[in-house]
Amino acid sequence: MSSLDSAAITTHVSQRLSKKASRNIKERVIEFIMLSAAAFSVFITVAIVYILVKESWIFFQTVPLTDFLFDTQWTPLFDDAHYGITVLLSGTITSSVVALLIAIPLGTIIAIYLSEFAPFSVREIAKPLLELLGGVPTIVYGYFALVVLTPILQWFWPDLPGFSLLSAGLVMGVMIIPYVSSLSGDAMRAVPMALREGSYAMGATRLQTALKVVVPAATSGIASAYILGISRAVGETMILAVAAGMQPNLTFNPTEPGATITSYIVQVALGDLPHGSIGYQTIFVAGLSLMLITLTFNLLGYWLRKKYREVY
Amino acid sequence: MSIETETTHVPAPALKAEVKQLDFYYGDFHALKKVEMPVYERCITSLIGPSGCGKSTLLRCFNRMHDLYPGNRYAGGGIILHPDNTNLLSPDVDPIEVRMRLSMVFQKPNPFPKSIFENVAYSLRVRGMKNKTELEDRVQQALKSAALWNEVGSRLNELGANLSGGQQQRLCIARALASDPELILFDEPTSALDPIATASIEELLMELKDQVTILIVTHNMQQAARISDYTAYMYLGEMVEFGESEQLFIKPKVKATEDYITGRFG
Amino acid sequence: MDQARVEQIRRLIVVAKRWDTFFVVLGIMSMMFGVLMFVTLFVDMGMKGFSRIDWEFFTSFPSRHAAKAGILSAWVGTILVMLVTAMAAIPVGVAAGVYLEEYAPKNWFTAIIEINISNLAGVPSIVYGLLALGLFVYQFGFGQSILSAGLTLALLILPVIIVATREAIRSIPQSIHEGSYACGATTWQTVRDHILPYSSAGILTGIIIGMARAIGETAPIITIGALTFIAFLPTAPFTGDPPAGMFDWIFAPFTVMPIQMFNWTSRPEAAFQLNAAAAGFILVFMTLAMNGLAIYLRYRLRKNINW
Repeated sequence: MSSLDSAAITTHVSQRLSKKASRNIKERVIEFIMLSAAAFSVFITVAIVYILVKESWIFFQTVPLTDFLFDTQWTPLFDDAHYGITVLLSGTITSSVVALLIAIPLGTIIAIYLSEFAPFSVREIAKPLLELLGGVPTIVYGYFALVVLTPILQWFWPDLPGFSLLSAGLVMGVMIIPYVSSLSGDAMRAVPMALREGSYAMGATRLQTALKVVVPAATSGIASAYILGISRAVGETMILAVAAGMQPNLTFNPTEPGATITSYIVQVALGDLPHGSIGYQTIFVAGLSLMLITLTFNLLGYWLRKKYREVY
Repeated sequence: MSIETETTHVPAPALKAEVKQLDFYYGDFHALKKVEMPVYERCITSLIGPSGCGKSTLLRCFNRMHDLYPGNRYAGGGIILHPDNTNLLSPDVDPIEVRMRLSMVFQKPNPFPKSIFENVAYSLRVRGMKNKTELEDRVQQALKSAALWNEVGSRLNELGANLSGGQQQRLCIARALASDPELILFDEPTSALDPIATASIEELLMELKDQVTILIVTHNMQQAARISDYTAYMYLGEMVEFGESEQLFIKPKVKATEDYITGRFG
Repeated sequence: MDQARVEQIRRLIVVAKRWDTFFVVLGIMSMMFGVLMFVTLFVDMGMKGFSRIDWEFFTSFPSRHAAKAGILSAWVGTILVMLVTAMAAIPVGVAAGVYLEEYAPKNWFTAIIEINISNLAGVPSIVYGLLALGLFVYQFGFGQSILSAGLTLALLILPVIIVATREAIRSIPQSIHEGSYACGATTWQTVRDHILPYSSAGILTGIIIGMARAIGETAPIITIGALTFIAFLPTAPFTGDPPAGMFDWIFAPFTVMPIQMFNWTSRPEAAFQLNAAAAGFILVFMTLAMNGLAIYLRYRLRKNINW
């Protein structure tokens, strides 16, 4: 081998090495950018908690926690200010219960029907149609509750006020149906065919197989669908802001108007509240309460979903 | 191919079921071609053959499992259940009625996500039995017949899925026995089990044949030779040879059968 | 089996099957309930709003006189806000999805990111509004502007895009990855040349669904304090004096379609309700069209896959 050749090889190798090094740097930089994007989602959560806690902290400097939890009035904008979250919570609970009374039975029936009874073609058409139902902007549902449903309910029930938790809750229920039916349907279809065959081979009908074998096997998935439904109902804003009235009202009677945690935030945001006033801070306190409730449900739902994915 | 059904020395027992000129399609695929086969009462009949030969397809015709999926078609012939001469494949006969008379045990144990007791009681509950003492009696009886009572009798409220593989399969057998079926179909019941569990299931099958007629699909020729009274060899959707197991495994009448059982197949 | 037992079984089947039929009827009726509710809503708004939907409606500013009011500032605002949302959410969302599928090691940090994204998807939209109010409007001083609104909605739909990206990538078989690496490709080359092109339709579907959701969101935008009565347009994007003037538009006050509809819905006069119906009809039509497109894409995708 001549010296010339070996020199050429050395340059060649060093070129390749430097190419490799620059390639490695490029790869690292790209990976870091991607990692930052993923970590950004954690930043969002941290920011949410930071903002909510910061403003709530200031609020609790003036208002004791016991007043917040046990006062039975919510009048932060009056001269005689009271800050009892239970008032808003009662509206949230009442409207959510009405919504879930619609969404859970109907959503479950639809899920069982589509997963266990409907022919393939029906399922293919029905699933996207139901998804559209969940894609309608909630302000439109609010309009519908106020302008169409309330007058219809008033035919049967002349005493029903123009704003009511009932009307808002019912429409909210329809909005939530697709969430419940699609997630619990997924859980049912994840049940292995072998279990169904075992049941059919015993001479069971479709309904017996669905109710006694498939639904019990999919329990944790169905439960997580319900929990998502609850979380949606608790966090829903516009339907209630439009159709339930925004007067704080400590009641569990759905035929009365009432404010929820969410609709209170809208009400305050619509007005002119100076940044830093106690009224301004109340919406962050309301937001923190809402966040704590939905976070609990979301984590519970996440855990349940994980559980059923592990089984099959 | 000719179908050999004659038997030589012992007079054949009573017929329990008869497959007659059965044709079956998965969509366009002709899966069973003019299949003929008898099933004798209180005997074990094995179906053997290479994978894809149609043995499981034939088994699943008996309890109309194919009705569960679209595109499957019984295209001619039938399966006659004796003594009442019911054609199991007739459109007038409800598949649920068929499945209430015949039960089935699957390839992989598939206990329901319920307690051991409820697993066995399921087939009785489906038949509308509600009386608690009667249910308990029947469940106990079935678990005893399935040789499982000694192991699980004290923990009937535990989940069926917590049992070992062999126990789960015996639980499924108990479930199949509880409703007092006329014929039990076994679809490769030991293929997912270890050799010890397999041996205990085989022993159980031999005991059960005094009570009930058994039709079993197996991928294991030794198993067929060990436990069955009659054996049928299928290939490419056709019935090649049917005969007493002893005769079929020692002196097969058809060359193709001989090639298969001696390992010259292929 | 004796005839009596067969008869008994048959009677049992008749009863059991009656329940089956009953349930089928119940199932179809439940579905119809949802679908009919939606049809009623759509038809009602269409009929009430139809008289208002004309050229004038699209080219007029809101007004105190219901008959003269239009949605010009609303639809322009919606388009500009969506522009900001898309520019912020798509790169971050897709990059995060790719990272989690292709790069992320299996460790506690990745697990936290995953739980976190699943939780973010369930955070009520109004909480994002509060975040934006505290962070964008006051902390960063963006004010009640198109930028604040666009970024708020971007945060809101980020989980949707991340999840869609991950699902699209997961549907690519492992053999494609291996094939690419076997050719000596680096991770980034595999992503750029194989993963992104093959999953693009699935990612696009997720982006469209996310954007359809963002278009209809009202609560977070109200929370950041968007004005509801806007009788002017922001300067057109990228037309001001460069460099600073080009971005004047993102700091402009604005209104969007759902806010305009909310404003009209909360007026007591019946004439404004007609405007609300018309705006609602257009809004639903837009979200329906986008969701329909997404469903169609997903359907096409499933038909074309032949790994």
